[in-house]
Amino acid sequence: MKKLTTADYPLAETRPDRVQGQRGKTLDEITLAAVLAGEVTMEDLRITPQALHDQAEIAADAGRATLALNFARAAELVAVPQDLIMSTYELLRPGRARGKQDLLDRAALLRDTHAAPAIAAFIEEAAEIYEKRGLFTTRY
Amino acid sequence: MTEPALPNRWRRFAEWDARPLRLDKFAREDPANGFSAFRSPADPKPGVGIEAGRIVSMDGVLAHDFDMIDAFIARHHLDPAIVPEAMAMESGQLARMLVDMNVPRADLVRLARGLTPAKLADVVSRLNALEIAFAYSRMRARKTPGNQAHVTNAKDDPLQLAADAATAVAYGFDEIETTMRVSRNAWSNAVACAVGAAVGRWGVLFQCSSEEAEELRIGMAGFTSYAETVSVYGTEKSFTDGDDTPWSKGFLAAAYASRGIKMRCTSGAGSELLMGFHEAKTLLYLEARCLCLQRGMGVQGTQNGGIDGAPLTATVPGGVRELMAENLLAVWLDLECASGNDARSSESEIRVGAKILPYLIAGSDLICSGFGSIPAYDNSFNPSLFNAEEMEDYLVLQRDFEADGGLTPLAEHRALDLRTRAVAAISAVLDELGLAEPTAAMQASVVVASGSAETRSFSPGEVAPMSEAIKARGITVIDVIRALARRGFIDEAENLLSVVKLRVSGDYLQTSAMVRGGRVISAINDPNDYCGPGSGYRMTEDRRQEINDIRDVLDQPEVLRAEAQFEKAEAGRVAYPATGVAQVGRAPDEVVIGISPAFGVKLYQTTAGHRLSDVLRVMTDAIAARGLRARVVRMRHTADTSFLGLTAARLSGSGIGIGIQAKGTAVIHAADRLPHNNLELFSNAPITTLDHYAGFGRNAAAYALGEAPEPVVVPTRGEAMGSRYHARVALIHAIETGLTADGAEPQEIDLRFLDAKTGQRP
Repeated sequence: MKKLTTADYPLAETRPDRVQGQRGKTLDEITLAAVLAGEVTMEDLRITPQALHDQAEIAADAGRATLALNFARAAELVAVPQDLIMSTYELLRPGRARGKQDLLDRAALLRDTHAAPAIAAFIEEAAEIYEKRGLFTTRY
Repeated sequence: MTEPALPNRWRRFAEWDARPLRLDKFAREDPANGFSAFRSPADPKPGVGIEAGRIVSMDGVLAHDFDMIDAFIARHHLDPAIVPEAMAMESGQLARMLVDMNVPRADLVRLARGLTPAKLADVVSRLNALEIAFAYSRMRARKTPGNQAHVTNAKDDPLQLAADAATAVAYGFDEIETTMRVSRNAWSNAVACAVGAAVGRWGVLFQCSSEEAEELRIGMAGFTSYAETVSVYGTEKSFTDGDDTPWSKGFLAAAYASRGIKMRCTSGAGSELLMGFHEAKTLLYLEARCLCLQRGMGVQGTQNGGIDGAPLTATVPGGVRELMAENLLAVWLDLECASGNDARSSESEIRVGAKILPYLIAGSDLICSGFGSIPAYDNSFNPSLFNAEEMEDYLVLQRDFEADGGLTPLAEHRALDLRTRAVAAISAVLDELGLAEPTAAMQASVVVASGSAETRSFSPGEVAPMSEAIKARGITVIDVIRALARRGFIDEAENLLSVVKLRVSGDYLQTSAMVRGGRVISAINDPNDYCGPGSGYRMTEDRRQEINDIRDVLDQPEVLRAEAQFEKAEAGRVAYPATGVAQVGRAPDEVVIGISPAFGVKLYQTTAGHRLSDVLRVMTDAIAARGLRARVVRMRHTADTSFLGLTAARLSGSGIGIGIQAKGTAVIHAADRLPHNNLELFSNAPITTLDHYAGFGRNAAAYALGEAPEPVVVPTRGEAMGSRYHARVALIHAIETGLTADGAEPQEIDLRFLDAKTGQRP
């Protein structure tokens, strides 16, 4: 498929067909009436990996490669449960992991169970630097 | 006069000691202890080594010795394909390109990807303050400027938060940010501001600044739409002391995007110095590291320009220029910039006004990353550079410079309507969700309150159980939207839903995104296209009129309306019937008083507020007291004081005349003098009293009697020259000149003072 460009932005206006919540509802279907009828949940108001990949293509076309990479990492985290996200963030904070292996284990979990290779690589990179810089020191 | 405390001292210094400026303390430049904005021996020389496409050294440090910040920048910021070209360029040349409107922004943004922190700092440090402001103006990512408000209060009172959020929205802020006095109150603050921000229009992005993990949870529940508390630091020690690393923050950046929440990082000069881990590096170099980190992490933007460190940075020589320089680095690195102007950096209102000006005229994605839309004492982030107290000063600065600072004046009645609506909406939500039952008295006290000291509403302790219940019961934005709709707040429910729907497409995750008129605009569809005069952001005529529409603006109809209120009363006190063309007098015992064309005809009081009948009465009485006679003549050929006086003198049998304008400016003239070389002049009409006018009459009589009286001096400290009078004076004078006619003859006036009750001559 042809990559999106800045001309496709904003997607909600130019490509409403592509913009859907996690249960497939389009923006037109997310109305106040639907909310009151109990037909809209928070799932319908969540971004999808597809939308993040689309935004990554637009960012890349605008010359923002690092922003595009962040959107790609974000796309991998969409389906990751909130608790796992919070505990992974916590693990990446200084002194939380007891050693390099804690981080490598978490990277493996995210790569193997949650199909998050870019996130896993990011954590593995952290593990390498943390070890080099002595960041596994207990802080409290 | 009291004796000076120190006899051997020029007392001017004691006067200066009493000024607010002296509350500011200043630090000596001391690079070894981190107190230097631009120059330190500890700053590295710029340089990069590349082998086989890999960075092997950066800014004098070998890859093996990289700390975690160096390592992150080398891996994620530096683009090896651009580094050789960019780093080979001379810093002075890059500096010139930044201020050269013929060099496209995109070319400079591309080169920045190949520049190290030391090189970036070296380039911008070569620009003076004006050049930095100009470069900032053309390098910022989005064309249309915006602004951000703080909405907080000292009680964490949800009713006041909602009212103040609605007010901030009406003033035109694009983002509002709240935080709490008691951290447990984060959830109720979030709900209250989200509801308040949905009153009036939709599209204002909202954040609740709290602990990182809690903030993400609140975002997940749909109450907030952006986050900017993801702080980064320029040294490894300060970063870990802040309990994070570039990777933990980079992970958080991805986590926010994965939840469809807009995010920017925060960094700013002075934080490393405050935390004690500055490594003797300059403020600018450390900030250059922070900004390269942020671009490397892939965040769309930054809150930058001192922030909490701004007051400290402003104590250092060049500190304020440094804050501008780091903002320039942010936009050169293609980041959205919420450009500080946040923490109040001075007690001096002059320093405050001077600090904001470059940003106001250059424009910025968010000029203040926290304009205190509430009074300083209610600002839970600490007082901002501008708070509610200075709101109207800011509005006038926009008007003065025809610069769009993102805000729009708000009419009094509109403010009250919005506050009433917002308080009703949040009260309905709290009640509907079973969280609280705000009474009518509580609501009424909040609507009219300027700040929390005047409210009779919830205390922080009463708020805490509500907040904890919102969290514990898993209440989401959908529950709040339903509650609003069930209670009849349909517009607010729709508005809140529209904001939450933004996260589905993710359009507002792109660089410098905000919502204007129901549309997402960002650096993608509203790119800064400045390339010289006439390009870039220009206000439309409609927008210009919006900014101009501050309150209490005078025009001629307004002045005439005000004067008309005195017309009837004056008609009962004095009459000015004309009896024909005035002739040159022969009687040596007369003093002619020449009154201006509109005197008592369209204008009835002096700028000091004296009735013109009283002014004439005290002057004529004083003349009569010396045994002389006052003759009144109305001039029609001039409204100029000097010529009123000179013409009166030449019509006067004694050769002495008084000229007086309706606004109260008066002159004593002699027939043989040059027009502007008068005997005495009252130029300070706004502070001239009736006693002064009586003295004027007395002295005019004295001159007519051949005496040399002591001139009447109106003591002035410059009050009359203040801008409080100028617009009105000019409008009044235009009314006078509008009644003049070339060559019109002076008219003899049979001045009659009337009995105020009967309207008859007493």
